[in-house]
Amino acid sequence: MTSDSTFEQIRKFFDIIGALSLFTHRFFMNVLKPPYEIKEVAKHMYELGVKTFPIVSVTGVIIGVVLTLQSLPIMIKFGAEAFLPYMVTLSVIRELGPVLTALIFAGRVSSGIGAELGSMRVTEQIDAMEVSAIDPFRFLVVTRVIATTMILPLLTVYVNFLAIGGGFFASYISMGTTYDLYMSQVIEVVKFGDIIPGIGKTVVFGFIVGITGSFLGYNADKGTEGVGKASTTSVVYSSLLILIFDMILVQVTLWLWPAS
Amino acid sequence: MARKLVEVKDVYKSFGDQPVLSGVSLDVTETQNLVIFGKSGTGKSVLLKCMVGLLTPDKGTIFINGIDVLNIPLKEMNELRKNIGFLFQGAALYDSMSVRENLAFPLIRNFNFTPKEVTQKVERALDMVSLSHAIDKMPSELSGGMRKRVGLARSIITEPMLMLYDEPTTGLDPITTKEISKLIRDLQQELKMTSIAVTHDLICAQIIADRVIVLNDGIILFEGDLDTLTSLDDPFLKNFFSPEYLEDNYG
Repeated sequence: MTSDSTFEQIRKFFDIIGALSLFTHRFFMNVLKPPYEIKEVAKHMYELGVKTFPIVSVTGVIIGVVLTLQSLPIMIKFGAEAFLPYMVTLSVIRELGPVLTALIFAGRVSSGIGAELGSMRVTEQIDAMEVSAIDPFRFLVVTRVIATTMILPLLTVYVNFLAIGGGFFASYISMGTTYDLYMSQVIEVVKFGDIIPGIGKTVVFGFIVGITGSFLGYNADKGTEGVGKASTTSVVYSSLLILIFDMILVQVTLWLWPAS
Repeated sequence: MARKLVEVKDVYKSFGDQPVLSGVSLDVTETQNLVIFGKSGTGKSVLLKCMVGLLTPDKGTIFINGIDVLNIPLKEMNELRKNIGFLFQGAALYDSMSVRENLAFPLIRNFNFTPKEVTQKVERALDMVSLSHAIDKMPSELSGGMRKRVGLARSIITEPMLMLYDEPTTGLDPITTKEISKLIRDLQQELKMTSIAVTHDLICAQIIADRVIVLNDGIILFEGDLDTLTSLDDPFLKNFFSPEYLEDNYG
């Protein structure tokens, strides 16, 4: 019984991944076709940015503070507290900033897109658009996916700055590190090969958030239950895919820019 | 003799192993108002959705204005859709847009009207449904009857040759039902449109129907005018006009 339901769940997961792949293919077939919905993309970018700004701001500061406070006793133990700014900066730029911002973004945005498109599906708004000779896929899906793909790297840059700022704040409180010393170490340690892969992978994460939320919302079952399901499964699937792709992209990054 | 605008021939549609339409055939001539009457869940809405390409029948043919809608590319289907209005059961207004934007949306996307022309058309359409005062409201601020009127205004704003109504009066009280039905009839007369309305609402059918079809379990049980239908002796058809049915539906 249990193995049956587990098997069924695994089968369902791969069914969804297969359908999501076809949906992604449809996105790429449509993304370059005119007319370009620039106004709609800009509107979504603005809305998504505003929606997630407060929560990623808090996250950014907390990442820096917590990382510093957690690492400090260990660094002191090894007599390496002077290297704290290096460690915090590299951890934030290479991994924590992009991944945590993407996960927060997935929780906030993917569920929102899933619920919004799911509700449009259930209330026949998507059908109404189609009957009016307007391609709902281009108008609703393509614009949202472009917006999430473009806005997440910008948010990540912002979070990285805040996290480094948070790291400095915690370092100043606990060790009295001066701003000049902290920042000189930050500037010294950050290389091109750290920034580009970190920000680059958020393009992929942003795309995952947009396409997953859109896919589950656009194909929501009828009824309010379908909307709720689209919203929650959007978060689960996009978070899972972000972590899987992070694992792959870390390998690619290390291959392209070996760690110094 | 009037030209046939809609020709449906032997259409079958199933969902899984559940047959919904089992060989439906019907014709609608220009400027005629056909009402497809039947209980909930008998395939009425499915038939309408097949006509506009939202669903694909398993078998059969559908011609609208001489065009085989089941065998044309999407581009041509969209050209045809510009001449078809569709009023959904829940009006399907776009939640994120105001009434003005809802009405302007198909005009801006599909036609080359100037902003002034768009505004004029929006105002005229709202005037026709007596909702000029609601132009800047959001759909969430409208009552059920108002939403139907705005949906109706959005459907007729492009002055389509064919209007399809999916349960236009469901969920409305008898007075609003009468108002919406009269509005539908008046607009059809004014704009000289052909229409197909699916409903289980007797009041609505009485007001707008030139001809009636009764659909049950995916097949056509009756075709003719409403007076003939109400005078028939068939137990199933009579059931529609029984005091119990009328009590359940109209109080």
